[in-house]
Amino acid sequence: MPTFVYMSACDGCGLCVDICPSDIMHLDRDIRRAYNIEPDYCWECYSCVKACPQHAIDMRGYADFSPLGHGLTVLREEDKGRVSWKVTYRNGQTKEFTFPIRSTRPNSIRPPDTFPQEGDMGDQLLAHEPGYLKVEKLPGLQKVE
Amino acid sequence: MSVRSSKAVRRVDSDILIIGGGMAGCGAAYESRYWGRKLKIVLVEKANVERSGAVAMGLSAINCYMGMRWKENTPDDFVRYARTDLMGLVREDLVFDIARHVDSTVHLFEEWGLPIIYDKETGRYKREGRWQILIHGESYKPIVAEAARKSATEVYNRIMVTHLLRDKNDPNRVAGAAGFSVRDGAFYVFRAKAVIVSAGGATHVYRPRSVGEGAGRTWYSPWSTGSAYGLLIQAGAEMTQMENRLVVTRFKDGYGPVGAWFLALKAVATNAYGEDYERRYTEEQRKLYGDYVDSKPFPTCLRNDSMLREVRAGNSPIYIHTEKVLDTREKEELGWEDFLDMTMSQSIVWAAQNIDPKVTPSELQTSEPYIMGSHATCSGAWASGPSDLSPKDYFWGYNRMTTVRGLFGAGDTIGGSAHKFSSGSFAEGRLAGKAAVSFALDHGDGTPEVDDAEVEALRKAVFTPLQTYEVERNLIVRGTVSPTYIFPGQGVTRLEKLMDEYCGGWGQFYTTNEVLLKRGLELLGMLKEDLARVAAQDLHQLQRAWELSHRVWTAEAVLRHTLHRRETRWPGYYYRADCPKLDDKEWHVFVNSRYDPATGSWTMSTRPVHRLVP
Ligand SMILES: Cc1cc2nc3c(=O)[nH]c(=O)nc-3n(C[C@H](O)[C@H](O)[C@H](O)COP(=O)(O)OP(=O)(O)OC[C@H]3O[C@@H](n4cnc5c(N)ncnc54)[C@H](O)[C@@H]3O)c2cc1C
Ligand code: SF4
Ligand code: SF4
Repeated sequence: MPTFVYMSACDGCGLCVDICPSDIMHLDRDIRRAYNIEPDYCWECYSCVKACPQHAIDMRGYADFSPLGHGLTVLREEDKGRVSWKVTYRNGQTKEFTFPIRSTRPNSIRPPDTFPQEGDMGDQLLAHEPGYLKVEKLPGLQKVE
Repeated sequence: MSVRSSKAVRRVDSDILIIGGGMAGCGAAYESRYWGRKLKIVLVEKANVERSGAVAMGLSAINCYMGMRWKENTPDDFVRYARTDLMGLVREDLVFDIARHVDSTVHLFEEWGLPIIYDKETGRYKREGRWQILIHGESYKPIVAEAARKSATEVYNRIMVTHLLRDKNDPNRVAGAAGFSVRDGAFYVFRAKAVIVSAGGATHVYRPRSVGEGAGRTWYSPWSTGSAYGLLIQAGAEMTQMENRLVVTRFKDGYGPVGAWFLALKAVATNAYGEDYERRYTEEQRKLYGDYVDSKPFPTCLRNDSMLREVRAGNSPIYIHTEKVLDTREKEELGWEDFLDMTMSQSIVWAAQNIDPKVTPSELQTSEPYIMGSHATCSGAWASGPSDLSPKDYFWGYNRMTTVRGLFGAGDTIGGSAHKFSSGSFAEGRLAGKAAVSFALDHGDGTPEVDDAEVEALRKAVFTPLQTYEVERNLIVRGTVSPTYIFPGQGVTRLEKLMDEYCGGWGQFYTTNEVLLKRGLELLGMLKEDLARVAAQDLHQLQRAWELSHRVWTAEAVLRHTLHRRETRWPGYYYRADCPKLDDKEWHVFVNSRYDPATGSWTMSTRPVHRLVP
C-alpha cells in the first residue's frame, strides 16, 4: 500500500519529507506539493501519514496483491496519547480501533546525565543497575564443569 | 567535474561516534552519556531518528524480557532457549550478557512512557509467550529517540555513512567514518576515539516474494540495507555466522508476524485440508538432523522445514486459523492491534481481499531470506564479550568491540547472539556504549589521525555515480537503458536474482550446492566490478547507490560462509543439497571470515563454540 497525496489537500509543508525513513516523500518543485517518488521502496509504515498536518496522504494497497476499494486511515493525537484507525473493506464493512501510545507527556524523559553517576566504569553494571533490574544483584554465570 | 563532488568537506570530531540511530544506536547514546558526562557523543543517522530503523512504524510486543523480578526466567534459561533454537550455535557469553541486562532496559522504557500491558490477574506484565510481553507500541521509536536526542551532544540526520576510516598510524584501529548529506550533498568526515556501528540488518539481498509496486513489502524494513556488514567487512572486521540467514513464516503478502497469533491467541496452522502437519516429518528429519528434532520448543528453522515439506508435498496453502480464536472483542482488538502497531499492510490485505479474521483463515508463507543479528538468527561481527563471562578466546579487552580496535557494534551488527530483538538490541547498545566510553577514556591522548589522501580518494569515489550520470547520459536519447552504466535499482534486482538462484533463495526452495555457490561468487564478482559503473541522478539515488554497495558486500560474505560450511545446519533457513545432513562432529563450530583491506583477499576460519551454561 504505497502512499499517494491528494492534490487539493497538500500545502507543501515538507513534514513528510522530513520523516520518511525511506527518503521517498519528495516535493515536486513546480507544483510545491509532496509525492512518493519510489512506491516500490515504501514500507507502508505510515510515518508520513501520521505526520501530515493536512491529512493529505493516503494509502492504496500495493497493486500486485490488493484489489481496489479498501481503506486504512489513521489519526495520531499525541496530546491525547492515542492513535485511532479506521479499516474499510472492499465490501463496505468497517472496523474502528483506538489504542494508547504513550503514558507520559512528550519531551518528559530525563536525560541520563541528570542522574548522579553511580557505579564504576570497571564493573558490569549499566546505568541505574542493579536498582532498575528489580532484583538484588546482576546475575553471574555458574561455572559448568 | 560534477557540481556536487566539488562541495566543501565538513569535519566533525568527537569522542564517540554512533552510526545508525535505531534501537541499538539509541541505547548506545543513552549509556555513553551516562558514563561519559564530559564526552562529545555524535549520533549519525541516514534517516530521521524520530522514525528510523526496523521499529519506525512501531511494534506490538517486546520479544526479549526475562521477568527476573517475578522469577519468571533466569538468564540461564534464556541461553538454553537461544542455543536450542539456533541448533547449538550461539555465543553463550553474549547471549547471557543481554539476558541479565535486558530487564532494566524494559523498565526504563516503561518509565519513559511506553505503555506495557499488564495482566489484571497476576499484576505482572502480560505475557505473549515465555519471552515476549505485549505493549501498545505505536510510539516505541519516538519515545526511544527522545531519550537518544537528549543524550547525544549532536545528532546528524540524513547523513548516509558510506565508509569507515582507519587510523593513519594503526591500520587496525578505526578513526571515524565518512558519508554525505542526502539533503545538501556535503561530504562529511567524522573522527572519533571510539565508533559504534548500529546500522541494522539487511533486506533485498535476496529476491523478495513481492513483485512490482509491492517490492517494498518485505517483512524486515527495506531501509535495512546491510550497511552494518558492508562497513565492517571493508574495515577488516572478522565476521561470524553470515551463512545463518533468516527465513520467517509470515501471513502471506502482508508479511504480518505470527507471534501474537500463535503464542497469545493460540491459533493453529494446518494444511489445505485442515490437517496438522508440523510433526508429520519427524522421522525423515531425525535421519538428517539427529536429536535436534526433539528440542523443545521446536526450533524455528525446523518449523519452517516442516512447512516447506508440506508445501512440496502439494498440500498448500498453509492456513492460520484466526477464525477459531477471535471469540471476544478483547481478542479481536489484540489481533488487530498486533498489525496496526507494526505491520499495517497486513490489515490492508485483509480489507482489500475481504478477509475478516473472525470469519476467514489467512494463508501463511515463508519469506525471502534476510541477514540479521537480532532475531532468530545471528549473523554479524565477531565481538569481544564481557570480562567476567567470556572464555579467553572470546575476550579482548572491551565488551562488544570487534576485531578492529575502537570499533564497537550492537543490535543486528553483532553476530553470535540471537533473540535480542528490540529490547535486547537497545540493551546491547548500552553495553557497547559503556565499553566505548571506557575505550575513549583509556585512549584520551587525542583523536586518531586520518590519511588526507585516503579521505580525498573516498570523497571522489562517493560522488562518482553523480558524475557518471551527468556525463554519460548524453550518450543516449533518454530512458534507463545505457550501455555504460546501471542505476542502483537495476543493481539491486541483479543482486536479488543472483542470490535467489545461486545462494538458496525462495525461488530454489532455499537450496544450493557447491557448484551453484562458486558460480554465484563469479557472477557477484562482476556485479562488484560494475559497482564502479553505477549512476545516480540525484542525492536520493546516490544514497541508493551506496546502499547497493553495502548489500553486495553483505551478499559476498553470505556466499562465502555458505560455501565454507559443508553441512545443512539450519534446515528451513537453507539447504546444502550436496551436504544435506547436520554434522555435529565436523561443524559444531562458528564459521568466520575476514576480508583484508590491504590485500583484498578473504580468509575463512572456524572458531570453537564454548558451552557456558549447563
Ligand atoms: C515487522 C517487524 C516486527 C518486529 N517485531 C518485533 C517485536 O514484536 N518485538 C521485538 O522486540 N522486536 C521486533 N522486531 C525486531 C526489532 O525491530 C529489531 O530487532 C531491532 O530493531 C534491531 O535493532 P538495530 O538497532 O540493530 O536496527 P534498527 O533498529 O533497524 O536500526 C538501524 C539504524 O541504522 C540506520 N542506518 C542504516 N544504515 C545506515 C548508514 N549507512 N548510515 C547511517 N545510518 C544508517 C537506519 O536508518 C536505522 O535507524 C520486529 C521487526 C520488524 C521489522
Ligand atoms: S509510508 Fe513510510 S515508507 Fe512509505 S512514504 Fe510514508 S514514511 Fe515513507
Ligand atoms: S506533510 Fe502533508 S501537507 Fe506537508 S508536504 Fe507532506 S503531504 Fe503535503
